[in-house]
Amino acid sequence: MAAAARTRVPVLELKGLKKRYNGRLVLDGINLSLAEHEVVCLIGASGSGKSTLLRCADLLEPIDGGSISLDGGRVAYEDRDVDATRRKLGIVFQGFNLFPHLTVVENVALAPRVALGLTPAAATRRAKDLLKSLGLAEKAREYPDRLSGGQQQRVAIARALATEPKVLLLDEITSALDPVLVAEVLETLRALAASGMTMLIATHEMAFAADVADRICYLEDGRLIEEGTPKRIFGSPRDRRTKEFLRRVRSISGGRRAPGR
Amino acid sequence: MATGSARKGLLVATLSTLVVAAVLAYTVGTSPAWPEVQKAFFDGRYFSTSLPAVAEAFTINVRLFIIAELLILPIGLLIALARSITAPALAPLRIFATIYVDFFRGVPSILIIYVLGFGVPALQLDGVPKEPFFWALVTLVLIYSAYVSEVYRAGIESIHPSQERAARALGLTRVQALRYVVIPQAMRRVIPPLLNDFIGLQKDTALVSILGVVETFKQAQILKAASFNFTPLMTTALIFLIITIPMTRLVDRLAAKDRNAQLGGTR
Amino acid sequence: MSRRNARTAAGQPARMAVVLMAVAMFVAACGGSAASVSPSASADTSCAPENLALKTAGVLTLSTDNPAYSPWFQGGNEGSEVWIGDYNNDPVKGQGYEGAVAYAIAEKLGFTADKVTWIVTAFDQAFAPGEKAFDLLLNQVSIKPDRAEAVDFSNGYYDVAQGVVTVEGSPIAGATSIAELKGAKLGTQIGTTSYDAIINIIQPDQEPAVFNTMDEAVAALDAGQIDGIVADVPTTFYMRDAQLSGGVIIGQLAGTEAGAEQFGVVLQKGSPLTACVNTAIDALKADGTLDALLLEWIGGSGSAPIIE
Repeated sequence: MAAAARTRVPVLELKGLKKRYNGRLVLDGINLSLAEHEVVCLIGASGSGKSTLLRCADLLEPIDGGSISLDGGRVAYEDRDVDATRRKLGIVFQGFNLFPHLTVVENVALAPRVALGLTPAAATRRAKDLLKSLGLAEKAREYPDRLSGGQQQRVAIARALATEPKVLLLDEITSALDPVLVAEVLETLRALAASGMTMLIATHEMAFAADVADRICYLEDGRLIEEGTPKRIFGSPRDRRTKEFLRRVRSISGGRRAPGR
Repeated sequence: MATGSARKGLLVATLSTLVVAAVLAYTVGTSPAWPEVQKAFFDGRYFSTSLPAVAEAFTINVRLFIIAELLILPIGLLIALARSITAPALAPLRIFATIYVDFFRGVPSILIIYVLGFGVPALQLDGVPKEPFFWALVTLVLIYSAYVSEVYRAGIESIHPSQERAARALGLTRVQALRYVVIPQAMRRVIPPLLNDFIGLQKDTALVSILGVVETFKQAQILKAASFNFTPLMTTALIFLIITIPMTRLVDRLAAKDRNAQLGGTR
Repeated sequence: MSRRNARTAAGQPARMAVVLMAVAMFVAACGGSAASVSPSASADTSCAPENLALKTAGVLTLSTDNPAYSPWFQGGNEGSEVWIGDYNNDPVKGQGYEGAVAYAIAEKLGFTADKVTWIVTAFDQAFAPGEKAFDLLLNQVSIKPDRAEAVDFSNGYYDVAQGVVTVEGSPIAGATSIAELKGAKLGTQIGTTSYDAIINIIQPDQEPAVFNTMDEAVAALDAGQIDGIVADVPTTFYMRDAQLSGGVIIGQLAGTEAGAEQFGVVLQKGSPLTACVNTAIDALKADGTLDALLLEWIGGSGSAPIIE
């Protein structure tokens, strides 16, 4: 893929995505496409299907209808080489899920070494560079439980980036953090977006979403209700349900309107 | 204030323990049959004469449980992994492992050692060893691998599935995820229960006495039959305790450390 | 020589002893016998049946182990509910050397056959502390000084000799001297003085195998796990004739014959019956009954060459 030009083929494309849990439809025909360097934010209430969508997109769960394409090629949970495909998709979870028995640098270097086949030295070098770029160089030799939540989450981001994925999926990665620590993580994401990383972010942080996203998608009950630029979605939402959701969110945050972009 | 109540608690605990011990000693010591029982079970003379023979025979038990444990640990892990196989093509392996575990945990060890130790040599098959030590080893390995595999399985399943999911999300294969992420964490958790099974194994080496091997328990029985006095059995019991009690304390310490690590490390 | 035909598995004798003690105490409490009666010593009339301190008044309670093997007990086990299984014999038949001697002693004490009852006592139970459930026990138990501290022994009623039996094709099948047995893996039953004979007289290079029952020793010999079995001479003949296929008697160990060891009747330690039983046995020796029974039940089993 040419890095300079914006290509027409979407990096990630979800067509008619359906997913059932115990007979209940949690994703009901999602259509979403992500172009290179694009940052798309998913907003919606809990249970709207944001996490499920990201997990399915990352091929962590099988789907019950529709298709997923990466760089134009169909990919699926059932593929024999699904592990190879997952290396091209990075995901960061709400609960960080760092490996507690490995140091920070070992956490980040694991996939390059084991899954990509880099030599231990090369893998460690890549890990250290990533940690440095995220400002965590001096924590490399520590174990995850000695880091703050914000630091752990940033290590998780570094770990996800270590396989040089085409897309980074982020599932409400600040929701479990102390409010004090949220800022540093959001800052990291901003820097990533600025560097051109293609990202699909599920988040509750409306101000951040308005600031960083190229597009906002509102999900409710497994359906993509509305999508558009932050300015339009936050400024003049068209759908009644989008309005209702934004009204509820704003009343919690004290009535401040999310600034447009 | 805290030290005061702690000291009072210690005083009460000591006093109550002493009282219970004194009552027990009095009840047992003044019972009419006690002198006879004491002579039959706790005769100092027979204790000292039996100690050298019983201790020397114990080296057979030691050899048995060390060699057995070295085999049980890897075999148990293999069985545990076989039971966690998901690939449909390999289902027979998983089914076999399940039957294996059910059987060797379900049948009393003494029956298995009879069948294997007396039955197989009786078949007079070429190339099949006859030595009772060999069959005792085989029996213990088969039985304890079954128990140990359950310990491993519990350990592996106790690792939160989000760990394996995170590893798979990075593009590791299932085998890689198990090998680099799940099993290393499980290993730390299973050490206390594995040690417990090891202690059980040490005691079960006495089973080999059935096959005629003069290990420590059989040696004690020989001395008991020769003198009609049970004290040699107490000597054997003491030797087992000397070996197993330090290990039991170690298990307690490791379990406490693991518990603290799990509680303290959450954020 | 002492032999224990117990089918007792490698259980926990210590725990069993505690349980048995409780049971024995329970039995003693429930039984109406005057167990605490101490009769006057040595007067002849004290051995009359009505004066004896018995477990059950009017009945002599004898005991042996289960199974009861030939030649010590014979006659099969038809009709028995306790001594069941192949090769087993019901002591009630009064056949076999110990069976016959038991009834002979009972008769001398004034008990006819219908006043005699048999119970099973496993080897360990015979000497566990506490009240015994029997009056007299005959189970090929050798008299030894250490053992006499735990139980009472009567005078000896059989002189024990140790023999060696093997099977055709074993490394020692043609042995004619003790020296030729030194390299062999020998086996015997626990609780028997055969083990002492192996250790003290043969002094083999390998530790012998010691089994809980003679059956297991026989199985091991058949399977080739041991090269030969050391047991009392009559038992070696029984093994050759009834239990082994291709059994071969090597011989009788020198130094184990004629009075060096004797079987004795086992009684409760300090039992008031002991003196009376001794009187009976001495009488049976004096009037030739023991010799006659020996000839009838054991003498015919063949003689073994003496191995030096």
